[in-house]
Order: sequence, then structure tokens, then C-alpha cells
Amino acid sequence: MTRRSVLNVFLGGSLAATAAAFLYPVLRYLWPQGQQEAVQTKVVAAKTGELAPNSFKIFRFGDSPGILIDSPEGTLLAFTAVCTHLSCTVRYDSDSGTIYCPCHNGRFDLSGRVISGPPPAPLEEYVVESVGGDIVVSKKG
Amino acid sequence: MGPKTAGLLAFFDERFKIGALLKLAGKKTVPEHRHAFWYFFGGIALFLTVLQIATGILLLLYYVPTVDAAHESIVFIMSQVKFGWLIRSVHSWTANILIGVLFVHMFSTFFLKAYRRPRELTWVSGFLLFVLFLALGFSGYLLPWSELSFFATRVGTNIAGGFPVIGPALKQFILGGPTIGQSTLTRFFWLHVAVLPLAALALIGIHVLLVQILGMSRPVSLADRPARDIPFFPDFIYKDVLGWTLILILIGILCVFLPWEIGRKADPFASTPVGIKPEWYFTFMFSTLKIIPSHVLSIEGETLAILGFFAGGLLWLLVPFLDRRAAREKPSPSFTVIGIILSLYIAVMTVLTYTVPRL
Repeated sequence: MTRRSVLNVFLGGSLAATAAAFLYPVLRYLWPQGQQEAVQTKVVAAKTGELAPNSFKIFRFGDSPGILIDSPEGTLLAFTAVCTHLSCTVRYDSDSGTIYCPCHNGRFDLSGRVISGPPPAPLEEYVVESVGGDIVVSKKG
Repeated sequence: MGPKTAGLLAFFDERFKIGALLKLAGKKTVPEHRHAFWYFFGGIALFLTVLQIATGILLLLYYVPTVDAAHESIVFIMSQVKFGWLIRSVHSWTANILIGVLFVHMFSTFFLKAYRRPRELTWVSGFLLFVLFLALGFSGYLLPWSELSFFATRVGTNIAGGFPVIGPALKQFILGGPTIGQSTLTRFFWLHVAVLPLAALALIGIHVLLVQILGMSRPVSLADRPARDIPFFPDFIYKDVLGWTLILILIGILCVFLPWEIGRKADPFASTPVGIKPEWYFTFMFSTLKIIPSHVLSIEGETLAILGFFAGGLLWLLVPFLDRRAAREKPSPSFTVIGIILSLYIAVMTVLTYTVPRL
């Protein structure tokens, strides 16, 4: 190894270290600042009798939307409203009695299972209870 | 010319060497042949970029990049600010026309094999510019904080999030947090008005410099015909300006008769509206994601499609280095066929998005 190549290594290393010293704070600055998703396990989704039969309501569950459905049989069902494909907010299709995602035509049955379209996984189902005059939705388990 | 004007011109000529520059411009020529029409799309794209910068700067005066006020500020621009509807409509229409012009410019360059040696880097810088302009379109789409743009952003960022290994981190970086909110709007605004335009201007500088150094390419198919050139200044420039004027008239007509819509304010806790679709230039990817099965050979269809788009983009970027026949100034029909299939795929999927909504 020549004296010149040793000097080049030191010079190159110094330049790289200087660049890193400038870049590291910038990259840390650019990275999102510790915002956490709001964790919620239970929420009042609606008032009793608020939903007409065979209709639905989107409610806020933490930072995500949930869907409350009054099924044709009169059963109240709740799921996450975030489609498992690309996270669009699903809706209830009262004509077919299925949950539908308008973004890429994903379709789920009233158990949350995928019937058709590209969603790779079922919708997470929530527990629905009637407490006083409120319909309370909570996560399972 | 009066003595005062001549004196003023001489003053600037002495300092800026205008005469030398004009002399240089006078020497520059452009090939003239039956495919020369396609050369003009590069100039039109440059003109539309200038228009975007000008109208974008004007919009900054009234636009407010906050979740509570963004949509209201767009309503204010469209309904209260004098000629606000015109400035915003020009910006929105031009954005769409510019992407269309870039598609034509890129595909005409591809079919004329203008990417061949020594213009490989002109192609690479052009493709990177195309990606930057798509990013500008995507980031700008969210800024009015409308229902459609909100869900388009959610889908778009989830596509980025579906990329193996780096996807989740990439999505979090773009969103500025776990979900779309103020941090996302701030980041998109930052990208749209500062980072992406600066990057685009730098790349445009490199792209135009390469075009000036290397000149415009003559198609391989015309190699056996006698070369004919026209002066760049003023002949080619006159034709360029004619093209700019025509496109400006088209934008004016569109803005007057079809002012850009405002849309409903985004509600993060509402169902996605039926019939939602992204801006037209993303619809071929949107429809692909619709038709791909949920799983292909145990791989999630979405992941497969995203990897496919990425691989396709990478191959497209590397075309000048893959097309060895064109590099040797020989016809390369296989690449022409690939280009035809790709452009047909994009066209068919785009048309299907609008004609068969329940694809």
C-alpha cells in the first residue's frame, strides 16, 4: 500500500463521515415523529333503534372506521370497515346483503368472509352488545 | 432601431455575449423527416411545466394546507377569488394534459428507438422525469382534501405499503403517521411544492442539456435516406411556439367550458363512494388490481401486481441497455412489439375502467 492510497482512504473516509454527519440528522428529521395509532377496544357505535333494517352505519373505532350492519334478519353485526385489499372503507350493499368495497369490487358475506374480488383476507368481526340505549362494539378476545 | 435602444443592446451584449449565443443558436439544426412531428411533444411538455409552475405559485397565495381548511380554501379560490376558478382549472387541466403529453413523448421516443446509443441517459432522465410527474400528480391530487382524493391516496399509499420488505416503512414515511391525516397533507404539500418541483427542475436541466449536446435522434428506419436538417432557430422554434399556442387554446377552452370540479370534502369515517377511481393515468394499474385474483400460487395477488409494476418500470428504464440491436443501428422489431403490447394494455385497461365499472 502506497502512502498516496493511505491518504486517499483517510480523505475518502473523512468525506464519507462528514456526509453521514449531515445526512443522519436530516433523515431522522424527515422520519415521522412518534405518532401512534389510537388504541381503542370498545366504542359506542350507535343508539338503539338508530339503524333501519337492512341498512348500515360507519362509525369511528380508534383511528379506523368500523361498519355496523342491521342485517335483513334483524341481527346487528359489526366489522372493521377497512378492506383487507388496499384499505378502502367498505359499505353494506342492501340489494345483495353483502359487504362491498367499491375500490376494487371486493365482496364479503355477513360473516366477513371473502366472496369475490381481490381481498386476500376476511374482515375482522367485532362483538355487538346493547347496553342501555347504546349499541356498544368491542374487539373480540 | 434608435441609438438609445442600440446602446442598451450593446450594453447587455457586452455583458451577456448575446451575439455569441445567437450565433451558436443559428448553427443548431434539427433533423427533418416524416416522423419529425413527434419531436414537438418534448417542447410542449416543457411549456406545460412552465405553466404548472406559474399557476402553482399563484395558487399558493390562497391555498391553506390543513385538514380543516384545505377544502374550504379550494372552495374560496373557485368561488370568491377573482379568476381563481381559471387559475385552478388551468393548473388541474394542465396537470392531466401534461401527463398525457409525457406518455406520447415517451412512447414516440420508444417507437423511434431514440434511446439508442449515445442517448441512453436522455431516456433514463426522461423516464425518471415521467415518474416524478406522476408523483407530482399523485401528491397534488390529495391537496384539495376531497373525498375522491382521500381514498385515492389511501389506495396509492397502501400499494406502496404492499411492497415487500420496505413497504410498511415506506408507507409510514409517506403518510407521516399510521393513517392519513394532517401529517400526510403536510408531507404531500411539502413534496408537491418544494421537493418534487426542485428535483424535476434539476432533471429537466440534465435532460435538456443532453438533448442540446447530443442533438435529436434520426430514426433507424431512415438511415438509407438522405439526411435533411432545418435550423433550430427560428424554423423549429416557430413550429414549437405554434404547438404551444394550440395547446394553450385547448386548455383555455377546457377551463371555460369545463372548470375543474371541487368535489365533496373528505370524511375519513365515511364509506368509499361507489364508482371511485383514480386519475386516468393510474387507471390501468387500478383495473389490474381489480382483476388480479386474491392469490396466485400462494402469493397475494396485490403483492404480485405491485412487484410486476415495479419490475416492468425497471425494465422500461433499462430499455436502452437491453435493446442491443438498436444500439448497433439495426431495427429491433421485438422491442417494437413489446411497446405495442404495453401501449395496448395501458389503453385497453384505461378504457375498461370507464366503460366497465364493475370489472
